[in-house]
Amino acid sequence: MPIRFAHKPGLVVYLTAGDPSLEGTQAIALAAIDAGADVIELGVPFSDPLADGPIIQRASERALAHGTRLRDVLALAGEIRAARPEAGLVIFTYVNPILRYGLTRFAEDAAAAGADGVLVTDMIVEEAGEYLKEMKRVGLAPIFLAAPTSPDERLQAIAAHSQGLVYAISRVGITGTQRSLAADAAALVERIRRWSKLPVAVGFGISNAEHVAQVAEFADAAVIGSAIVERIEGATPEGAPGAIGRFIQDLRLKETAPIR
Amino acid sequence: MAPIILPANPSETRPGRFGVYGGRYVPETLMAALVELEREYEAAKADAAFQAELNALLADYAGRPTPLYFAKRLTEALGGAKIYLKREDLLHTGAHKINNALGQGLLARRMGKKRVIAETGAGQHGVATATVCALLGLECVVYMGDVDMERQELNVKRMRLLGAEVRGVSSGSKTLKDAISEAMRDWVTNVRTTYYLLGSALGAHPYPTMVRDFHRCISREIKAQMMEKEGRLPNAVVACVGGGSNAIGAFYEFIPERGVRLIGVEAGGRGAALGEHAARFRGGAPGVLQGTYSYVLQDEDGQIALTHSVSAGLDYASIGPEHAALHDSGRAEYVAQDDAAALDAVVKLARTEGILPALESAHAVAEALRIAPAMGAHEILVVNLSGRGDKDMGILARELKL
Repeated sequence: MPIRFAHKPGLVVYLTAGDPSLEGTQAIALAAIDAGADVIELGVPFSDPLADGPIIQRASERALAHGTRLRDVLALAGEIRAARPEAGLVIFTYVNPILRYGLTRFAEDAAAAGADGVLVTDMIVEEAGEYLKEMKRVGLAPIFLAAPTSPDERLQAIAAHSQGLVYAISRVGITGTQRSLAADAAALVERIRRWSKLPVAVGFGISNAEHVAQVAEFADAAVIGSAIVERIEGATPEGAPGAIGRFIQDLRLKETAPIR
Repeated sequence: MAPIILPANPSETRPGRFGVYGGRYVPETLMAALVELEREYEAAKADAAFQAELNALLADYAGRPTPLYFAKRLTEALGGAKIYLKREDLLHTGAHKINNALGQGLLARRMGKKRVIAETGAGQHGVATATVCALLGLECVVYMGDVDMERQELNVKRMRLLGAEVRGVSSGSKTLKDAISEAMRDWVTNVRTTYYLLGSALGAHPYPTMVRDFHRCISREIKAQMMEKEGRLPNAVVACVGGGSNAIGAFYEFIPERGVRLIGVEAGGRGAALGEHAARFRGGAPGVLQGTYSYVLQDEDGQIALTHSVSAGLDYASIGPEHAALHDSGRAEYVAQDDAAALDAVVKLARTEGILPALESAHAVAEALRIAPAMGAHEILVVNLSGRGDKDMGILARELKL
C-alpha cells in the first residue's frame, strides 16, 4: 500500500519496538493510529545506535534487554498491519541487523508482514545497490534520509531513489528533543522539492504542537520520535497507550479533518 | 535526468573498498563532511608543502625514523629466528599513534577546523591527538569509555595536562566502541566546525585509507633498514591488531613482497566464548559497525557483542576493512594471543632486553615467542613494537603482583 498522509499536517510516529514490550508497542501503535498518526515507524533496536540521542539509546537498551529480535519486530509489524490496514508502516533500522538476517530474507519477510517501506539510518545511496534491488523486487518503498548538509547533487540522488516519502532531517545532529526548530529545516525541504514530488516528512527534534505547526507550513508531515519514546519511558506499561494517544491528539493545534 | 550518484554493490571496485569490505555506512548528515575530507586529503597528499611540513614534524618532533633494533638476547633465549623490533615505542607520546595524529592534525588546520574530536581506547591516540592539538593550537575533546578511563588513568591525566577535555562514555561496554559512537554523535552534531581525528584504520572512507597512509612510513622504514642491516627482506612481520593501524602500517609496503609473511595478532582475551575476547577472525562475521563493512563480533541477530582484552587498545568488536580483505585473500595471517600470554611477553621482553612493551604490542611479542623457536637461525622476524608500557603500570602491578 502506498504511504499517504490523510491528515494535514501528516504525523509520523516513531516507536522503538519492544519498549516497554512487544505487546506494549503494539498497543501504543494502535492508540497512535487511532489518535491520528498517519505512519508508524517501527524501530528495530540496535546495540550501537550512533545516530540516536540518549532517549532512543535507552529505549533500545530496554528493548534488547527484553530479548527483542528482528523477527519479533517483523511479526509485530504484521499484527499492526492486520489491526489497522489503512496506516502507513515503515521499518526503521540500522544496517547490521538486516545484513545478519539476510537482505533477501528481510525484504521478503518485511513485505509479507505488510510493511510499506524501510528506512536504514546508516545506508546512503552510494552503498544501496543490492538493497534497492531487493526493495524493488518485493515492492517495499526505500526511504532515504536527507540532511541540511546534503549538497544538491546528493539531494537529487536521494530524491531519485526514495519512494513513499523523503525524510528530511530538521537539523544537523542526532535524534532527540529540542526547544525550537532550526531554520535549516525549511531551507532543506525547499531544496528537496526541486528534485522530488514525494511527500516530505521532517524529523529529529520535533517535540511539541508548536513544532508540528511550524513544520506544517513548509512540509507534508512531521516525525515525532524521542518526544514519544520519552513519554513511554515515563509512563506505566498500562498507561502508555492512553498517554501517547492524548499526546498525539494535542500535537495538532487546530483540529483538521482528514483529507479525502 | 539521470542521478549523478549511482548506487553500487559492495563487490564493485571503487575508492574506499578493500575487496568487498570498507565503504561508507553513515548517517547522511556526515556524507558531505566525508566527501570534503576525502577531497582535502587527496589535495594534501599531492601538496609538496604539506608533505614537507609533516615529514619535518615526524622527524624533529616525533622522532622518525624509529630504530630497527636487533634483539640479540631475546633471539638467543629463543634459539630460532633473528628477532628485530621496530621501535615505534620510542616515538614522542609513546606509540605509533602520533604518526596519524600529526598527519590529520595538519589536515584539520589546512581545512580551517578549529575544534578537533577523537576517541581513544588505551589513551595513546587520545594523548597523541591532545599533543598535536596543543602543538597546533586547536581545541581538543577526547571521548573515552569509563572502563578505559579507569584502566588507563595515567593517559587521562596526560590528556588533561595537555589541555584536552576528556569526556567519559558510560553507554554500552564503556570501551573503545562506545567512545567511537559518542565521537560520531558529536561529529554529526558539530560537523560544520569540527574535525573528527579518528585514530585507527577504521570507520567510513576515507579514514581506513588515510590512516594507513599516515602509518605507511613504518613498513617503508623497516624495508630500508632491513636492506641496510641484513641486505634482504624479513621472513615475517608481526603486529598486534585492534582496529589495525599499526599493523597495516607495518604490513603495507610488504604486501607485494610475497616472500614476507604478514602476521596480525588479535586479542584472545580470557576465553573462546563470545564476549571473552576480541578475536574478530575467530568468532566474527562480516557486518557493519561504525561506518565500515568488515568482520564484526556479533550475535545471531546482528547485535554487536561485548569484547574483553587486558589491553584497552585491542578491545574492539570490529577490525579495519583492509585487514578483512588481507584475511580473506590469505595474504596476511591472523592469530590470537590471550591475556596471560601477553602478560608473560611483557615480562620476557622486559627481562631479556630491558624494554617494556605496551600490553597491546605485547600480543605481537607473544606471537614472536611462539613462532621464533621453530624458525631457522637464518630466518628473520620483525615485531612492530607499537607502543611502550609505561601507561600500563597500574594493570601490570596488579596482574604481576609487583
